[in-house]
Amino acid sequence: MNLRRDVFQAIADPTRRAILLLVASQAMSAGAIAANFDTARPTVSKHLQILTECELLEQVQQGREVIYHLNPLKMKEIADFIEPFRQMWDDRFNKLEAIMKNYTPKKK
Amino acid sequence: MERKTKVHAEEGKQEIFITREFDLPLELLFKAYEEADIVEQWMGTKVVKLENKQHGGFEFETSDNKGNVVFRANGTIHQFVPNENIIRTFEIMGTPHGIQLEYLHFESISPEKSKLNMQIIYRSVKDRDALISIGVGMAIGIDMAHNRLEKVLSNLQ
Repeated sequence: MNLRRDVFQAIADPTRRAILLLVASQAMSAGAIAANFDTARPTVSKHLQILTECELLEQVQQGREVIYHLNPLKMKEIADFIEPFRQMWDDRFNKLEAIMKNYTPKKK
Repeated sequence: MERKTKVHAEEGKQEIFITREFDLPLELLFKAYEEADIVEQWMGTKVVKLENKQHGGFEFETSDNKGNVVFRANGTIHQFVPNENIIRTFEIMGTPHGIQLEYLHFESISPEKSKLNMQIIYRSVKDRDALISIGVGMAIGIDMAHNRLEKVLSNLQ
């Protein structure tokens, strides 16, 4: 059976979503990615293969190692990162507001 | 639910706008940017250095629970006018996506309300989009805190 690898299939899996966020922070080798998961190495390799096939990740040969990069243009096609970004700032600003409502000036 | 923080990112532009109204007097809002121990609390990162003055700078550092540094950022402060504005650069260490320029403008709406306008300019559209996703990734923790990760990622669908 030849499954068409589309991006929605790719992000349906929580481990693959975790891999995407990890690589979003820094391009890294398959070994470095696998070190972040309890999952068996071949399972992580399979996930990387799927993410690469649907172009969410790009492989770049670096010496003897293959480094995985995030393809931000493809990410944008499937996922609007603006909303999580907005929520991140909203959380920070809510915290700021709560802290400052209870602010008492320091004694100098 | 009311969305207090608004983000405007126009397709194909290398900038982003963040605006937020606070139920705080202007002076208290500004103080949250002025004092390092307060910045630490709401930004959720250790403030290694914070020199709030023209040609000053800052350094942030976040460690995971094992003590490994997972996030380092720094920048130069170009302008620091209390209760008015801060102009600074911001660089996340270890990414190839360049340095961003941030204009922060603070204004009073009433004695009890204030507003912050942030304009962030990136090196390119691609760098903007990459750094936004990195910022989110950093904020939820690279130590794979799965529950929080799931919560943020559920928004992707």
